[in-house]
Amino acid sequence: MRPETEAELAEIIKGAAAPLSIRGGNTRGMAPEGDVLETGGLSGVELYEPGALTLVVKAGTPVAEVEALLATEGQRLPFEPMDHRALLGTTGVPTMGGVVAANISGPRRVQAGACRDYLLGVRFVDGNGVALKNGGRVMKNVTGYDLVKLMAGSYGTLGVLTEVSFKVLPQPEAAACVLIEGLSDDVAVQAMSAALGSPFDVTGAAHAPVGVDGAPVTMIRVEGFEGSVAYRAEQLKSLLGGFGDLSVETAPERLAAGWKWIRDVEAFAGQEGDVWRISVKPSDGPKVAAALDAKAVVYDWGGGLVWVLMPAGRDIRSALSDMGGHASLVRASSETKARVAMLQPEPAPVAALSKGIRQKYDPRGILNAGLMG
Amino acid sequence: MEMPKPDPDVLALKPVLVKKLQEVLPQDAVIHEEAETRAYECDALTAYRCPPLAAVLPRNTEEVAAVLKICHDMNVPVVPRGAGTSLAGGSLPTADSVILGVARMNDVLETDYDNRFIRVQTGRTNLSVSGAVEEEDFFYAPDPSSQLACAISGNIAMNSGGAHCLKYGVTTNNLLGVTMVLMDGTVVEIGGAHLDSGGLDLLGVICGSEGQLGVVTEATLRILRKPEGARPVLMGFDSNEVAGQCVSDIIKAGVLPVAIEFMDRPCIRATEAFAGAGYPDCEALLIVEVEGSDGEITEQLDKILAIARSHNPVELRESTSADESARIWLGRKSAFGAMGQINDYMCLDGTIPVNQLPYVLRRIGEMSQEYGLGVGNVFHAGDGNMHPLILFNANKPGDLEKCEAFGADILKLCVEVGGCLTGEHGVGIEKRDLMVDQFEPQDMEAQMAVKDVFDPKWLLNPAKVFPLATSETRRIAAE
Repeated sequence: MRPETEAELAEIIKGAAAPLSIRGGNTRGMAPEGDVLETGGLSGVELYEPGALTLVVKAGTPVAEVEALLATEGQRLPFEPMDHRALLGTTGVPTMGGVVAANISGPRRVQAGACRDYLLGVRFVDGNGVALKNGGRVMKNVTGYDLVKLMAGSYGTLGVLTEVSFKVLPQPEAAACVLIEGLSDDVAVQAMSAALGSPFDVTGAAHAPVGVDGAPVTMIRVEGFEGSVAYRAEQLKSLLGGFGDLSVETAPERLAAGWKWIRDVEAFAGQEGDVWRISVKPSDGPKVAAALDAKAVVYDWGGGLVWVLMPAGRDIRSALSDMGGHASLVRASSETKARVAMLQPEPAPVAALSKGIRQKYDPRGILNAGLMG
Repeated sequence: MEMPKPDPDVLALKPVLVKKLQEVLPQDAVIHEEAETRAYECDALTAYRCPPLAAVLPRNTEEVAAVLKICHDMNVPVVPRGAGTSLAGGSLPTADSVILGVARMNDVLETDYDNRFIRVQTGRTNLSVSGAVEEEDFFYAPDPSSQLACAISGNIAMNSGGAHCLKYGVTTNNLLGVTMVLMDGTVVEIGGAHLDSGGLDLLGVICGSEGQLGVVTEATLRILRKPEGARPVLMGFDSNEVAGQCVSDIIKAGVLPVAIEFMDRPCIRATEAFAGAGYPDCEALLIVEVEGSDGEITEQLDKILAIARSHNPVELRESTSADESARIWLGRKSAFGAMGQINDYMCLDGTIPVNQLPYVLRRIGEMSQEYGLGVGNVFHAGDGNMHPLILFNANKPGDLEKCEAFGADILKLCVEVGGCLTGEHGVGIEKRDLMVDQFEPQDMEAQMAVKDVFDPKWLLNPAKVFPLATSETRRIAAE
């Protein structure tokens, strides 16, 4: 099924007799059981006002189309959404609705915020087939409850998104990356904490124990006007001088490639094993790696986001139970997925609230059933 | 303002209720004498008052849970209250409600600079959160004008903003986690020191729910390192259109100032008479502030000044010292006081798409003529969050009603041009009945469904956010 309008979509949901498997670009490895409902027919830019930093698109609009449009005005999506295709070996076309449904953010999340922080408004059709809206197109809006945030990261279980509005930001004039070589995980997280706790507005802090050339590398990014970037890169160099051998990369192509490598977890692409994504307090990052017998690790968000490559079929959550945060299973065999929940199970009183909300929005339990528990 | 009729059954329960509350709280934490409950009869929306049945001042999450459980079991409505600074009547009591004030809960529970967060009890004031991390040169970013007095609990309830949110975001973008007590006394932990939710983003919907989903007792907040410095520039223009265009051009040029503040002529004149900041007598005035090291500030200001010059400003004032910077901000910071000296005023905070600015200001001017009430505009131009201040005389019969009608017309206009009723103050009771102008019934139904889950008996912060007619069936069913 591939509706072309919101009204058509509402009819389909209203009349659905069996669970629906909602599909944007089908690039993020989530294919719950059910009749496939594609959102690709709901595509196109509704409104783009560069002077107001506002973009409204239909949910099925390809991310690439949006990024190309924003680039014509020197703007971008500030939250740097990850492209899952290389990691998961998928081939579809990522959509804006998919990005929102999974609240997909990249390295800049640590400074700029997540997808949900730039989402201004949504339109969606709930499990009863009722078309709803919340939020709007303005940057400050506290009118009524914020269902916009609730919809971001709800994986289609509360409704099928039809339209999403964003705040966008200017593409910076320049960028630089301070590189530190040879740090252990613990020391790297200390270095990243020092950088993120500095006044130098760091927009990315990642560490790969095994970098592209096989050696440990820690990456600290700054972006902005040329003079400011040069100044802050210098300041960071002296701030972090005690940590090891430093260099500064400023070539745009190399910067883009390096941060895409982190963003898309390219280190694990084509490698065998399950891929987990773990969000913790940054100083717990190295403890996560130490608690697991991981095949490989990549740290982002100053240590707060830990990607681990695990031998297939393990449930790592009990090993991490004394830490806060959550672990998601991003890539695994279908056999493992059937056994291990994709998302971290919530404590009972919280799970009851989440379940209660899902039942209100989708009383028949037909939208991406089982995806969130 | 219509409020639901107090439930006589609940009123009759007062002696039993007070006794039960006294069993779980210290003696001085239960306020029930009529002379004393009067202190809680209103918040900063002083036009509406109603003393509560009682007020309680618990000291921690456990005491809050005990109070809520008692009220839940006895079907007594509860109105959570931070510092009582809501401009929207967000903590206006009903006669049959218990005010739950968090004022005694103001401890810092944990400060972690390596992980850049602070955990506080939510009765702590906004400014004192920054104060707690100041010695390490950190700060908490959201900065509502009432930050000296307002509490974090209220900031979370209303998703408060401030002058600097163009760069740093509002409360929801700086809130990492909460400890919250549900109406039935259940304590839940949502979020924490890590980023983003592992499941549904309940934190996102709790923030801004105006105290209707639970009582937030502790909060984990993101703290940031202070920038090296900040400097404002002041510019005056002949018309609102040109000033609006200048704002848009600055944003398009890729400069992201921390603040772009806008004042119109009535407001400029009022503040000049009051504070004497030396503002030019012009149609529109902008204050743009940027942050960074000296060199970075100059780099940004050079771009901003070039854009401003291309719009033929009547005045362009740069600052070369802390003293000059303070003078540039002086008038803006005293704008509310200045308007208050002329007369009583009502402050609205609808948001509009920034390109609609000139049109909306023109329409407000026309309506001001029609209603015969003065209005000054001062607002956060970068994000379109307006603050029209309507002048009226509270002692003159009929003036308040006229002012409210004028205000409602302005807010409807905001919605009509693609904006919303409130950008940072919240709906409360003040804008409750205008919700139907922004939302279809089914959109409000979807919001109320969330409350059904968190507070099935609809006891928390009654009569706020949703029009009484809209919430009536639920309130009656709950009784």
